[in-house]
Amino acid sequence: MAIFLTAESTVIVQGMTGAEGRKHTQRMLNSGTRIVGGVNPKKAGETVDFDGATLPVFGTVADAVAQTGADVSVVFVPPAGTKSAVVEAVDAGVPLIVVITEGVPVKDTAEFFQYVQNVGASRIIGPNCPGLISPGKSNAGIIPAGISHAGRIGLVSKSGTLTYQMMYELQDLGFSTCVGIGGDPVIGTTHIDCLQAFQDDPETDAIVMIGEIGGDAEERAAAYIAEHVTKPVVGYVAGFTAPEGKTMGHAGAIVSGSAGTAQAKKDALEAVGVRVGKTPSETARLMREVIASL
Amino acid sequence: MDLYEYQAKELFAAHGVPTQAGEVVTTAAAARAAAERIGGTVVVKAQVKTGGRGKAGGVKLATTPEEAAEKAEAILGLDIKGHIVGKVLVNPAADIAEEYYVSYLLDRANRTYLAMASVEGGMEIEQLAVERPDALAKIPVDAITGVDDAKAAEICDAAGFAADIRDQVIDILKALWVVFTAEDATLVEVNPLVRTPEGQVVALDGKVTLDGNAEFRHPQHAALADVSATDPLELAAQEKGLNYVKLQGEVGIIGNGAGLVMSTLDVVAYAGEEFGGVKPANFLDIGGGASAQVMADGLGIVLGDPDVKAVFVNVFGGITSCDAVADGIVGAFEMLKTQGKTPDKPIVVRLDGNNAEVGRRILDEAEHDLIEMVDTMDGAARRVAELAAAATE
Repeated sequence: MAIFLTAESTVIVQGMTGAEGRKHTQRMLNSGTRIVGGVNPKKAGETVDFDGATLPVFGTVADAVAQTGADVSVVFVPPAGTKSAVVEAVDAGVPLIVVITEGVPVKDTAEFFQYVQNVGASRIIGPNCPGLISPGKSNAGIIPAGISHAGRIGLVSKSGTLTYQMMYELQDLGFSTCVGIGGDPVIGTTHIDCLQAFQDDPETDAIVMIGEIGGDAEERAAAYIAEHVTKPVVGYVAGFTAPEGKTMGHAGAIVSGSAGTAQAKKDALEAVGVRVGKTPSETARLMREVIASL
Repeated sequence: MDLYEYQAKELFAAHGVPTQAGEVVTTAAAARAAAERIGGTVVVKAQVKTGGRGKAGGVKLATTPEEAAEKAEAILGLDIKGHIVGKVLVNPAADIAEEYYVSYLLDRANRTYLAMASVEGGMEIEQLAVERPDALAKIPVDAITGVDDAKAAEICDAAGFAADIRDQVIDILKALWVVFTAEDATLVEVNPLVRTPEGQVVALDGKVTLDGNAEFRHPQHAALADVSATDPLELAAQEKGLNYVKLQGEVGIIGNGAGLVMSTLDVVAYAGEEFGGVKPANFLDIGGGASAQVMADGLGIVLGDPDVKAVFVNVFGGITSCDAVADGIVGAFEMLKTQGKTPDKPIVVRLDGNNAEVGRRILDEAEHDLIEMVDTMDGAARRVAELAAAATE
């Protein structure tokens, strides 16, 4: 099983012919992802050679879907074109759209998110995220596949490198799926969406949730856990020492006023029985205890 | 990027939101001249990117040009919540019959936009929202359809604006929406929006936050950045394209990925509690695919901070390869030496992930006295806190 992404997922890459798109398409192929083609309106009909595969380039997402039956698109299109790329994938009915691009104007994200609410049925992950990996099955995005193995822990995180750190710390236990949801103010898939999917996934036994300062997504996730999640959840929140009013890299990671602090998030999670680690390593230790007790 | 009030009002005026003509000055003499040109009673307002300036003595009325100079003299240089006042706005003093509040902002929880409006403006809106939530109308705005006549009327009526100013308020709500979308803002706030005794509705204050991600389609926004108010190290980092924030501590921090760097700040602060309370001196994210050059630039900035007593380089090689990071550290030492700025602060390095072995070997072979490698993030944080504390004594 795993969530959102399985061994059967067939993947196209929007922006495959660019430098980043090409590099990560090769990495995804190396980790066993079934990539069936790329999209670039200017290079329709061409092919791109990769180590182990030669992939066709389609002019539109609709063409790519019609000819390959792809059900996942990974988007590397630069910020100025990200919105139209996502809208095109929504229109083509792609069920899962993974938006890796960093630096997308929030207005564009708000608009394509509204668009998918209005007309589409697609799930969007990101933008500004590392994507998701179901180790040993498929990898859609830029998460390094070599860090970890297949297992029974589900991971959801706003941060890319903290995702990698946690996968590394728990590599011997392994993961069902790791989802990097991204740190932007508006994102397509939330902690709650992933908690729900992990709760329903028979191959996931326990969940690690990584959050950071800004917004109230972790507080809402805590409320959701209290109501709907029976599997054990271990949490980590970054940004306890971040000063108020300063943006820390992620557009969403800014503390304004009292809400959104790391302490408020930790308190909310602990109040519903989530064990929250003080450091990534301690969080991994807590997860080991949880797994040992199952 | 947060704008100053006067910049916000310039954007308002450009998009047809009624506001007051005023002058921005940096000296008392210029304030006197501005008051003379404006005539009558003026208000002298500190230009700072924080709230509560009225309470802090940053907004004063002046009935004569001489008094305007005195008030400007008193306000310029004032420290308002850590912001030093370098500019004041001189506006004609408005006669106010009533004060209102309107804003547009991003509603992160619902992943859409929100309009907020109240006929009880002027006071702290957070306080109003808590004490009398019914007095503050909150209307979701669809990101695609936006604020048209019908939506503006809905916001206006939900807030309970009086019938005789309804048309003016609807026009202002539509014009502010144009400011919000055409300028790629994430916040547009007017508090207060006022009604004059003559029945005119005017924006007396303005707060605008622009989305940095949208700069590529607004080249003119670069001119709105206030270079003089930016920390010199932050400015130097910006020029190198580095994501750097100066903090008040002794341990320089370099890492890759915003989440990991934030986490590193926390872990160092915890470790610091055991070692004389040393704290992180900065946030520096060298990014996902950092090269040796970026590492060298980053180390140059952090070592250039006189507050820094020791440096922690914390890298998890996902896309970044640890050998590039190690090359960058070695290269940075060489580069700084040739610039006559030979590093003299200890550097604790923790490398894990992609090519970590190679990276560690590069640092081992460099045999540098100042570089120390520690295997775990928590262990490295303790060590760097210890070194910083020792250097501080």
